[in-house]
Amino acid sequence: MSIRCEKAWLPRTDLNGLYGHMGVFQFGNDVEEVIFIGYAGGRSLFGLKGEIVSEFERLADASCYRFEINTAYLTRYQELLMIHVADHGVLPPYNEPMPNLGRLSP
Amino acid sequence: MDFSLTEEQEMIVGMVRRFVREEIVPLELDLDPDADSLKVEDQTRLVEKTKAMGLYGLDIPPEYGGPELDLVTRTLMAIEMSQHRAGLYAPCYGVFGGAGLAQLFEATEAQKERYLFPTLRGEKRGFFGLTESSGGSDPARAIQTKAVRDGDDWVINGGKIFISGADKADFGLVFARTDPDKGRNGVTCFIVDTDTPGFYVRRIIHTLRSAHYATELQFEDMRVPHANVLGEVNRGFAIANDRLTRQRIPYAAGCIGVAIKAHELALEYVPQRETFGAPLSTRQGIQWMLVDNEIDIKQATWMTLEAADKATRGEPFRKEAAMAKLVATEAGSRVVDRCMQMFGGYGVTKDFPFERWYREMRIRRIGEGPNEVQRHIIARDILGASLR
Repeated sequence: MSIRCEKAWLPRTDLNGLYGHMGVFQFGNDVEEVIFIGYAGGRSLFGLKGEIVSEFERLADASCYRFEINTAYLTRYQELLMIHVADHGVLPPYNEPMPNLGRLSP
Repeated sequence: MDFSLTEEQEMIVGMVRRFVREEIVPLELDLDPDADSLKVEDQTRLVEKTKAMGLYGLDIPPEYGGPELDLVTRTLMAIEMSQHRAGLYAPCYGVFGGAGLAQLFEATEAQKERYLFPTLRGEKRGFFGLTESSGGSDPARAIQTKAVRDGDDWVINGGKIFISGADKADFGLVFARTDPDKGRNGVTCFIVDTDTPGFYVRRIIHTLRSAHYATELQFEDMRVPHANVLGEVNRGFAIANDRLTRQRIPYAAGCIGVAIKAHELALEYVPQRETFGAPLSTRQGIQWMLVDNEIDIKQATWMTLEAADKATRGEPFRKEAAMAKLVATEAGSRVVDRCMQMFGGYGVTKDFPFERWYREMRIRRIGEGPNEVQRHIIARDILGASLR
């Protein structure tokens, strides 16, 4: 598995492929830059579908998304955040600061 | 051997049991089922409580400000502290504090000032870097990371794998080969700052523990001052080995705690759940599972306490620690598996903690030395040195 998320971006209007699985997701802006990373965990109502729909309501800037179904959603979530910091020096703009986030040199 | 608890032990066990049930378990209702940390405000509040209880920094020696607890009492506490969903790998989410890397208590004064005391104050974090891709159970042979002396420095090249916390650490203990011809007598332990040029965390490794990952490290011409050698050059194996033996007792205790909690949940459930017009508890198939749980838990507890008792009395305890690790991890796995079976479909959902315990308990038979290695250690002890 690539450590970066390499799934194809989907428009926010296309939610047909989403189900109730656990996993991680990224939101992108108009030029497909990652602006938010999230996850659907064991307590998420309707899994990825529920989380993504609810976050789209909050984040109007998000124009596309991609997701990975993953039962190791917590470690994969942290990994995606760490890779984003390694690549861009900062977290995605809509992610809250994480004081205990690790450092990677991928 | 007398396994009855002293008055003080009864009091401490009762205190910790109440703490787990009243403070930890209710918080888990709102956490992700795989979470291994609390919200910062809860963590801070509960640390203040454990400090007020006089039980913070459990593994810190009294001369460094820790509570004076013998290993038997510490083991009894570890059994209690693991009796919740995250308890196997994050007992009480760490609110009882830790000692960091115990090897640093043997460090030089300058090393203690720079690494040990900041760790005890919670200002620095360390990691333990022993395992390599060539193996972890036989460090005398498996360590291929090389350190070569160059003036006042050592230049380290190589890598480590399955290392916990290196991506968040300020420093770590890195074991490297300093004499290629001397086997276990050619390994040295270095204290390495993680901001040293040439230190890289290349990737994280996802495992069955979905809230916790390991890391893979790479060292490229990483220069470490000679002053950062922990102990003596070529004597690192003893540091690694001592840690591996000591760790086996609390490791076993955690498995026992989870087994007790799983068994307790099953004991509450089976009289209520009916099949074919009668409670599950009336079925012999279920009763035998409960009996086997009881036996597994008791056997593992006695063997673990015996190892702790020997260590407390200063007697050799390597064989007993290996037996405790072996028996408790296997017994714990069986107990969780049986409880999951008794809960049926509910047992495999994230609504109950069994599926997390089931995944994490599987790792326990491999971590801290696979159980086959424990059997090898026990065989070596009972047959003598001829098996080396």
